[in-house]
Amino acid sequence: MNQNIFKFAAVASIALSSVLFTACDENKSENKAGEAKVEKQTIVNVSYDPTRELYANYNKVFAKHWKEKSGKDVEITQSHGGSGKQALEVANGLEADVVTLALEFDVDAVRAAGLIEDGWVNEFPLSSAPYTSTIVFLVRKGNPKNLKDWGDIVKPGIGVITPNPKTSGGARWNYLAAWAYAKKLYNGDEAKIKDFIKKLFQNVLVLSSGARGATTAFVENGQGDVLLAWENEAFLSKKDHPDDYEIVVPSVSILAQPSVAIVDKIVDKRGTRDVATEYLNFLYSDEAQHLAAQNHYRPSNKAILDQYKEFDQNVNLVTVEDFGGWAKAQGTHFSNGGVFDQIYEKK
Amino acid sequence: MNKETTSSKVTKWVLISISFIFIALMLLLPLITVIIEAFKQGWDVYKQAVVDDYTVHAVLLTVEATVFAVIINTVFGLSAAWSLTKFNFKGKKILTTLIDLPVTVSPIIAGLIFLLTFGRQSPLFPILQDLDIKIVFAVPGIVLATIFVTFPFISRELIPVLESRGNDEEEAAALMGAGGFTIFRKVTFPHIKWAFLYGVVLCTARAMGEFGAVSVLSGHLRGKTNTLPLHVEILFNEFQYVPAFAVASILVVMAIIILILRSVIEYTGMRKSNVR
Repeated sequence: MNQNIFKFAAVASIALSSVLFTACDENKSENKAGEAKVEKQTIVNVSYDPTRELYANYNKVFAKHWKEKSGKDVEITQSHGGSGKQALEVANGLEADVVTLALEFDVDAVRAAGLIEDGWVNEFPLSSAPYTSTIVFLVRKGNPKNLKDWGDIVKPGIGVITPNPKTSGGARWNYLAAWAYAKKLYNGDEAKIKDFIKKLFQNVLVLSSGARGATTAFVENGQGDVLLAWENEAFLSKKDHPDDYEIVVPSVSILAQPSVAIVDKIVDKRGTRDVATEYLNFLYSDEAQHLAAQNHYRPSNKAILDQYKEFDQNVNLVTVEDFGGWAKAQGTHFSNGGVFDQIYEKK
Repeated sequence: MNKETTSSKVTKWVLISISFIFIALMLLLPLITVIIEAFKQGWDVYKQAVVDDYTVHAVLLTVEATVFAVIINTVFGLSAAWSLTKFNFKGKKILTTLIDLPVTVSPIIAGLIFLLTFGRQSPLFPILQDLDIKIVFAVPGIVLATIFVTFPFISRELIPVLESRGNDEEEAAALMGAGGFTIFRKVTFPHIKWAFLYGVVLCTARAMGEFGAVSVLSGHLRGKTNTLPLHVEILFNEFQYVPAFAVASILVVMAIIILILRSVIEYTGMRKSNVR
């Protein structure tokens, strides 16, 4: 009896291992077939949440540009999600040739994981920020709760929707913009500022992991009175539902600079440095800058920015430098046990 | 006496209506919504969403992961069920308990376990890199996650059947000189056939719908590591509601097919065993 069982076990294990081997073989042959077909380059762009539409359009324009420039076809694979989460996935092994994230710190997290070389910020013009944005309020049509500025949305009974600053880039810009307002209001009295931010987060109804989740909660599921949103995300919602929403520009906001970078370790391994570099460089071209503006991002090219009247250029925009740069802002506010944790825990 | 019958009748009808109302509200209504939303803009839009390259790829990837999960879990499930019911050995209790682990562990933990085991921060990563094997954020990771969350399904169906039968017939066959595989094929398998098929069906259903563990390991690369459930989420997040529901309806149809298969198997299995 025992011997028979061993025979069965042997048969079973052989079957199992053969299945596993064919699995590996299949993957390999798939790869080979992909390489042999045409000279087609593929790059992976790991980006944050609201850029879905921008890069869907840009990738088409770039593929055409690259074909003209190099004669080669390029296929760009997109991945989107909360900026911090995306950075973490790249650090954990998601093979991205380029990262186009919501803020400098998240790209820096990929650098800290040893994948991007030091000094990436200066690799592309304007601190590697080809387009910018800011934080605005999206409210329901007619602004029924009369929300005009940050001071209005911390009042009791107002439902606020924002993503989680721990995982979302946009949410960190939201938080810093609110902080900048409170700092001005209270002349830098830290206790009062913290109290203000605490009130703000007590009003938060939905804390999603990325900006897009927050938008769907507000726009599609009808949650809350105000969505703290990327300007581009707010414009997009307004375009889709012109009769349902209004944009309110607060008196103080922040200049949000999404950062782009080449993931050096990956492009060197995959031999895609040339196409990846051009992919990011071309973001600064007039064509791409117009495309960014059409997708409601503020072009970094001032002449092109001026052509688009929808961008309110009179807002008082602070920058992250007012917080001592991203490393400091992240450490003080968003690290574990930082100010955000202290505020959010003490409910 | 009469009073009691009326009250038990009332209880019966109340319970039946509660069950029906609950099922209508919790299951039928959402399912019907999915179908209605999917066809909201007509057949052409639906068709376009379904034959879209990314959707087709997502279907293929889902099928691939499911097929691997079912094959591997079949081998594992049969071996585990056999060894647990036919022998006594040290660690039997532990094995029995461990098999159930994927049912109790949240799928996200399963995803994170593989991420930490095979991801960049793992000591195994340089070795995998040298061998040019990609696991996390690639298809093998998705297959692994699917296997993990579905592996108890087949063995759990088989163990009770094998346990209740005992070893007598196998021992008799062995005494008559039958080999191990012959015994399995001629004696054991016919008895466990229906339970086994039932397990396969459950395993398939769970594998197709898996979201949590796969989401952690996928990286959400469109057209590469996107399974059907993940694709539904992506479409939804891109404000493409009709396509999202259209793709969701594929999953619903697959689920209904499985449900029918399940009923057929249950029915045939019951009839067959009654005849015996």
